[in-house]
Amino acid sequence: MKIRRILIALLLFVSFSILSQEDRLKLATTTSTENSGLLDYLLPIFEKDTGIKVDVISVGTGKALKLGENGDVDVVLVHARSLEDKFVQDGYGVDRKDVMYNDFIILGPKKDPAKIKKAKNVSDAFKKIANKKAVFISRGDKSGTHIKELEIWEKSGIKPKGKWYKESGLGMEEAINMANNELGYVLSDRGTYLSVKSKIDLAICYEGDKELFNPYGIIAVNPANKDYIKYDEAMKLIEWITSENGQKLINDFKIEGEQLFFGSAK
Amino acid sequence: MDLLQKIFYLIFSFDRDIYQIVLTSLGLTFFSISFATVIAVPLAFIIDFSNYKIKKFLIAFINSLTSLPTVVIGLIVYSFISRKGILGFTGLLFTPGAIVIGQTILAIPIITSTIVAGFSKIDSKLYETLKTLGADKRQIFLGIISETKILIVAALLFGFGRIIGEVGVSMMLGGNIKRYTRTMTTAIALETSKGEFEFALALGIILLLIALSINFIIHLFLKREDKWKRI
Repeated sequence: MKIRRILIALLLFVSFSILSQEDRLKLATTTSTENSGLLDYLLPIFEKDTGIKVDVISVGTGKALKLGENGDVDVVLVHARSLEDKFVQDGYGVDRKDVMYNDFIILGPKKDPAKIKKAKNVSDAFKKIANKKAVFISRGDKSGTHIKELEIWEKSGIKPKGKWYKESGLGMEEAINMANNELGYVLSDRGTYLSVKSKIDLAICYEGDKELFNPYGIIAVNPANKDYIKYDEAMKLIEWITSENGQKLINDFKIEGEQLFFGSAK
Repeated sequence: MDLLQKIFYLIFSFDRDIYQIVLTSLGLTFFSISFATVIAVPLAFIIDFSNYKIKKFLIAFINSLTSLPTVVIGLIVYSFISRKGILGFTGLLFTPGAIVIGQTILAIPIITSTIVAGFSKIDSKLYETLKTLGADKRQIFLGIISETKILIVAALLFGFGRIIGEVGVSMMLGGNIKRYTRTMTTAIALETSKGEFEFALALGIILLLIALSINFIIHLFLKREDKWKRI
C-alpha cells in the first residue's frame, strides 16, 4: 500500500512539473541557422549572460512565421525579406532587426553538366539547367531558400516542371544530400553548404550574383492580444544578438576556417 | 571498421549528448505508458465484462484504433494545443507534456487490445469460481487482477516497446528541441538529415537494444505464466 502511495505521489509530482511552464523562450528559426551549429554556439552564451533558456524549433521560414502568427513561439529568426515585411505589416510581428547575412549558391555535380559556371547571371544559370533538363532538387517547403528559388524561376521566365525538377519537401541538408545522391543541382545558403561540405561530392557551380544576397532578420512576435507571448525576453534576445558583442560572436563563428555568417545589425 | 569504432566509442564512452536523449525518450515513454495504464486497464475489464455482441464490436473498434497513424494523432493533438486551438491556453505545444499526451493516446488502444486478447486465453470459469466462493465485486476484480497481472505487465511492456520507437508524435508535438524534447527517434531523423551517421547509428543501436530486450522480457514473462498455469 505504501509503495503504491509513493508511486502515485511521484507520478503526480512529475506530471505537474511537466505541465508547469518554466521560463523558456521559444525561437522558431530556419534549418540553416540551427543545423550549421550557429545557434548551438550562440545560445549557451546568451543563456549565461541573461539566464534565459531558449528553445529552438527549426523549420522553414514559412512555417516559422506561421508559428509566430499563431503565437506558438515568441520570436522568429528567418530569411525571406518579402515575407518578413508582410509579417510585420499584418501586425503579427514587431521590432524587426537585421541580424546577419550570407549568400545563396548553386551546388551541382563537379562536372557541371548544364555548364552554369559560364552563366551571365543566376536567372541565366537556372535557364541553362532547365534547358538541359538537368536534375534540380527544390526544397518545396516554403523555406527562405525555396522562396528565393521561386523568385529566380519567375525572373528567368520559366515554370519548372518535369521529371528533372524534384520538389523534395526536405530541410536544407537533406535536399543537399538528395542532390548529392542524384547528381543534381540545388540552391543552398552558403552556411549550410560549408557545414556539410566535407560529406558531399557536390561543388559550387554558380555564385556571386547580387540577386543571391541572403539577409537574416529577427522579429519579436506581437504581444498585443496574446498575453502569453514572452515579449520582454524576446526583446532581450533581439538586443543581445544585434549588440556589438553578439555581432562579434557571429563573425567569429567559423567552420574549417571559413566564416559562415556576417553580422549586419545597425 | 572506422565507422563501427566511432559508433561503439559513442555508446560506451557514455557520450553526454546521447544519454541525455536516451533518458528523455525513456522518461517520456514511461509517463505515457503510466497514464495510458490508468485508462487502458479498466477499459480492458469493461470490454471483457460487457455482453457478447457489444464486446465483439468494442474489440473490433479498439483493434482498429491500434493502427492509428502517429502523424494523424500528432496532427489532431497539434490542432488542439496550438495557441489557436481550443486548448491553446495550456501552452503545451513544443513541451514534453505535449509528447506525453500524444503518446498516451497512441498507447491506450495498443495496451487495451493486448490485454483483452490475453483475457480470452485465461480460464473463463475464473469469474464463476470466484463468485461461487462468495467473493464480492471488489474481490472478484482484485482476484482477476492477481490472476492476470503478468499478462498486464506484458501488455504494458509491449506498449512501451511500441511507443519508444514512434517518431511522428514526438516530432510534431515536441518540436525536436535540444535537451528538452529531443528523443531518440527525432534525433536519429535530424542527425541523418545532417549526414551525421555515426551519431544516428549509435542512437539507432541503443533504440534497437531497448526494443529487443523489452520483447525478450515479455517472452520470459509469458513463459513463466505458462508454467505457472500448468501447476
